[in-house]
Amino acid sequence: MNREPLLQVRQLTKLHAPGKGCREVSFDLYPGEVLGIVGESGSGKSTLLSCLSARLAPDSGSILYRTDAGETVDLYQLSEARQRQLQRTEWGIVHQHARDGLRMGVSGGANIGERLMATGERHYGQLRATAARWMRDVELDVGRIDDRPTTYSGGMQQRLQIARNLVTHPRLVFMDEPTGGLDVSVQARLLDLLRQLVTELGLAVVIVTHDLAVARLLAQRLIVMRRSQVVESGLTDQVLDDPQHAYTQLLVSSVLTA
Amino acid sequence: MQTMIEVRGLTKVFTLHNQGGTQLPVFRGIDFTAKRGECTVLFGESGSGKSTLLRSLYANYLPTSGSIHVRHRGELVALSGADSQTLLQIRRETIGYVSQFLRVIPRVPTLEVVAEPLRLRGVETAQAQARAGELLERLHIPQRLWSLPPGTFSGGEQQRVNIARGFIVDYPILLLDEPTASLDRRNAATVVELIGQARDRGTAIVGIFHDSEVRDAVADRIFHVQPQAATDRMAS
Repeated sequence: MNREPLLQVRQLTKLHAPGKGCREVSFDLYPGEVLGIVGESGSGKSTLLSCLSARLAPDSGSILYRTDAGETVDLYQLSEARQRQLQRTEWGIVHQHARDGLRMGVSGGANIGERLMATGERHYGQLRATAARWMRDVELDVGRIDDRPTTYSGGMQQRLQIARNLVTHPRLVFMDEPTGGLDVSVQARLLDLLRQLVTELGLAVVIVTHDLAVARLLAQRLIVMRRSQVVESGLTDQVLDDPQHAYTQLLVSSVLTA
Repeated sequence: MQTMIEVRGLTKVFTLHNQGGTQLPVFRGIDFTAKRGECTVLFGESGSGKSTLLRSLYANYLPTSGSIHVRHRGELVALSGADSQTLLQIRRETIGYVSQFLRVIPRVPTLEVVAEPLRLRGVETAQAQARAGELLERLHIPQRLWSLPPGTFSGGEQQRVNIARGFIVDYPILLLDEPTASLDRRNAATVVELIGQARDRGTAIVGIFHDSEVRDAVADRIFHVQPQAATDRMAS
């Protein structure tokens, strides 16, 4: 392929304790690609995601990111200000707990509008209209636009967080169990929405999930982690239909339907 | 005629690590070639490994040993050893696969489900959906169902949606896993017609067809998939 990777991860290691964290993880991520990371809890999935999104400095290894401007930068050689700027303008980070990704003190509409303002949109009517459209897209009641997220249910907060992250059309989105606490109907709508954005905007996604069915529908490629290491990787359907590693076989055979 | 798929010495053994490393041999040392503009039917008793072979050709199953080459962008490319990017590109451009079951995101309208492979190749939505509509019409899916997700459809309807999705792109290689299994005569006839047209365009088709009438209508060549002998199974 002559397309250049968006992300080049090499020998990335961050260990909190032996076997806790991620060890020697390497992969490339291309524009328009969805990479799923699956594995048991405590396998290091979330640590890996934090390192990838410049929120947790690794012990060793490197992450090269190709910016919108076309330059390739080493994430952990950048200043913290530059890292934060990337997070705000080119990336989206969807946290497992919506509260970690939302500003609870301002309204739902402002949570979405704020991200837009960070990328230069200033027109109030425009901001509000866009916020309302995104609320509808993630199936939030637009009548709640002026309510604070503290008054939202957990599932609503999660959808608001996703809208807040996607409104600026980021190039790269990191997601930690994004559909975990959602009703299946809303989950389906979000999967559809994500797929559209991936196809139409060339959005790349790294998604940590324990739900193999979600991984199958969304991710073209899969990384399976166990005890801080990658035990298997490949095309999603190949990994799930013909798993090679004992752990992956156990994981797949333990699911009711995937 | 140009070789589109070349399989040499293909062996598949499933190793069940959580069942004490039990080995399930499926087939051994398969040599197989599929040519441009030819329909090859995989034939063999249940359990002989027809589906396993078909899935291997799509890189859905990994070979235990042996090689699979497919003609992609004019050259024979080895599936094993190819990186994920190349495999995804091969699936987008070169190999179409119609599985027995439709697996899609819930709540996505049928028309979009069928149009998706064209969209992924960069075709405009309107154009892709128009083509999807034509195929759905040919497969007798009434227009009032197009805006509904196929999840609630009958088995036969879902299979037809799956077929439309597989035939919407003129893939150089098309793999069909019992596409007519739950179809009535009229729709099976449409599938036979679609296969004939694809073949005339030069598509290499490899398929499994249990219905002998359909098989006779489409097969240019029959490939017998030999199961692993019972004694071999015992020995492992």
